[in-house]
Amino acid sequence: MRAIGIILAGGNSSKMGDLSAKRAVAAMPMAGCYRAIDFSLSNMANSHIQKVAVFTQYNSRSLNEHLNSSKWWDFGRKQGGLYVFTPTITSTNSYWYKGTADALYQNINFLKSAHEPYVVIASGDGIYKLDYNKVLEEHIATGADITVVTSDIKADEDDISRFGVVKVDEDNRVLDFEEKPIVAETNTASIGVYIIRRRQLIELLEKCAYEGRTDFVKDILVRYKNVKKIYAYKLDSYWRNIGTVSSYYKTNMDFLKKDVRDYFFRQHPDVYSKVEDLPPAKYNGEAVVNNSLIASGCIINGTVENSILFKKVYVGNNCVIKNSIILNDVHIGDNCYIENCIVESRDTLRANTVHTGEAGKPKVIVEKSFRYSI
Amino acid sequence: MIKKEMIAMLLAGGQGSRLGVLTSKLAKPAVAFGGKYKIIDFPLSNCINSGVDTVGVLTQYRPLRLNQHIGIGMPWDLDRNIGGVTVLPPYEKSSNSQWYTGTANAIYQNLEYMDYYNPDYVLILSGDHIYKMDYEVMLDFHKSSKADITLATYQVPMEEASRFGVVITDETGCIKEFEEKPENPRSNKASMGIYIFSWKVLRDALIEMKDVPSCDFGKHIIPHCHEQGMKICAYEYKGYWKDVGTLGSYWEANMELVDIIPEFNLYEEFWRIYTKSDILPPQYIADRSKVVKSIVGEGTEIFGTVENSVIGSGVYIGEDAVVRNSIIMNGAVIEKGVVMDKAILAEGVRIGEGTELGVGEEAPNEFAPHIYSFGLVTIGENSVIPAGVKVGKNTAIIGETTIDEYPDGLLKSGSSIIKAGE
Repeated sequence: MRAIGIILAGGNSSKMGDLSAKRAVAAMPMAGCYRAIDFSLSNMANSHIQKVAVFTQYNSRSLNEHLNSSKWWDFGRKQGGLYVFTPTITSTNSYWYKGTADALYQNINFLKSAHEPYVVIASGDGIYKLDYNKVLEEHIATGADITVVTSDIKADEDDISRFGVVKVDEDNRVLDFEEKPIVAETNTASIGVYIIRRRQLIELLEKCAYEGRTDFVKDILVRYKNVKKIYAYKLDSYWRNIGTVSSYYKTNMDFLKKDVRDYFFRQHPDVYSKVEDLPPAKYNGEAVVNNSLIASGCIINGTVENSILFKKVYVGNNCVIKNSIILNDVHIGDNCYIENCIVESRDTLRANTVHTGEAGKPKVIVEKSFRYSI
Repeated sequence: MIKKEMIAMLLAGGQGSRLGVLTSKLAKPAVAFGGKYKIIDFPLSNCINSGVDTVGVLTQYRPLRLNQHIGIGMPWDLDRNIGGVTVLPPYEKSSNSQWYTGTANAIYQNLEYMDYYNPDYVLILSGDHIYKMDYEVMLDFHKSSKADITLATYQVPMEEASRFGVVITDETGCIKEFEEKPENPRSNKASMGIYIFSWKVLRDALIEMKDVPSCDFGKHIIPHCHEQGMKICAYEYKGYWKDVGTLGSYWEANMELVDIIPEFNLYEEFWRIYTKSDILPPQYIADRSKVVKSIVGEGTEIFGTVENSVIGSGVYIGEDAVVRNSIIMNGAVIEKGVVMDKAILAEGVRIGEGTELGVGEEAPNEFAPHIYSFGLVTIGENSVIPAGVKVGKNTAIIGETTIDEYPDGLLKSGSSIIKAGE
């Protein structure tokens, strides 16, 4: 591949509520045994990009832990590798990343020392499969300065006004780019994936920095939309952003549908993730499990319906879990009832706990009890 | 200078013919166990958990799957700069080339490997038992009893002792006598086939005995050392230990894993068992399906009923299928409406729609009654069973079979279909 990859995974989202208290959005567990960033990382690996940098800032412990080895995505080659860049104090700069463009600028040496002619920039919170080579081919064919990957958002899928909204002409050239509009003109959203020539990017970033500007979307895409040739590449396949509690819940629940599951789990190429040495899931005598995804290391004694159990979840006797997402390493005591909830990882729910959220408006449960005193 | 206190030599070359069609294409240590593991994972995990980071794995029979599984040893943290795991097949020499003719002969042919690591002690292991054991504790025992050789023993019921090599010890744990499969055993301390040798003792014994045909530890080396007056001690092991050498014991050991709190617990944080895990999605349990008293691997999709079974990774079990008391290994496909009881399906087996496995009365197997008993149906890897047939008990099938091979749609109890070339 003639490109290096950059994944912007520094962001927090206040719309994630309590779920983002201990991790960046890119580190959110997804679909039973993945993390959100696995999808972008796997896309990079499957597009044969060999050198990938992940930019982190907000609460990156969980993300760093996940990225502690590059071998899961096969980046640990002599040519290339997986780099994690957190803000550092230098002789000329003592600030955090002030924006996406600033984050790139603070690591401009990484861009300068690369020899690949193109850069693929992606975000860490998109759930999708995409061969970036196809985008690059079109980027070259159209003679674009910047190519923005877009997806059409249906009203029942997500709220278009929380994205950058793009208006294109018949040749897919971007005419207008509006960030989080109150009233959106189209339903075409930028998915935060860009391809740009490396030297072009360096030039734009240096100019940005000189002028004291810091945001890639506002200060580069929107500002240069009439000067530079910015084209859209429309992604027709599945794409979701998990940046809000409800979209996170909905996207996970999508994996209970056969077509989504088959698309991600059965069709080429695969999605990769860090492998943990967990034993197979265990179903004891009274277990009743219907329409659910169960990850390794779970032990189930109760009833689980239309739910996703992440790794190492323990479900006690006579429990009922419906329409819920139980994150990693949760212990649920006997006789609990949980419906329409997202239970934060490493929680311990005491016996006889009842939690119910509203349908379509899941309740986030963060409950820390001492595991071994119950 | 390279120096290791103790290195392990893991004997993994045997076929394990009593596992029948399960080992017709792979060595016994590569047979799946407990959903996602292979038998060799247990000694390999024991090694790394005991701090033994140099392991030579001796292969001979059908090593491909074993080689693929072990790779550079990454899953067990045995990818080391110095040491780690090394696969040791038999090799050609300028004269006198030979296969591994016995356990000790195999070790003898790899003297060079052991010399390279300059060890104080050598641990001899076999790749066909399910157990968790701290070899470091055994080594401490070896040192404190100032033994030349320590062998691990396990207390078996007196009535079964005649199937094992048993040892008679004095009050200090020193071995006075050996009895190989005695008719009237005087002790129930069975040798587990796990030995710690002080390196010089092993080296000298192997060289002295190098011309003994099919040189074996139990039959030749240990008695030889005993005769020479070496101090041989018995280390009594008290944890879980299961020989999975026969289809019956293999099936039983798997079935024990589905107990509420199994005696051999894979869910403990302490003493983890490692294996080569593919990156697989979570398992999906569909509506109107039922999964109880079972363990299920990653990426498996279940639409039918599963009871009291051990299911591997990437398995598909169709609607209205009923799986009871069975072991299904990775990648098997069970079509709609299949009913099975007490079946063992190796990797990649396909069972056609509506087929029934394990029907009728038991009858002894005509082909190999000592292997295919216990009322089990055993199906070798990548076999295909057509739709709508019935298969009786004590049966074995390997190969792609068609409906013509089942007279009146039935393979009666005690019959086998072993396709040529398998």
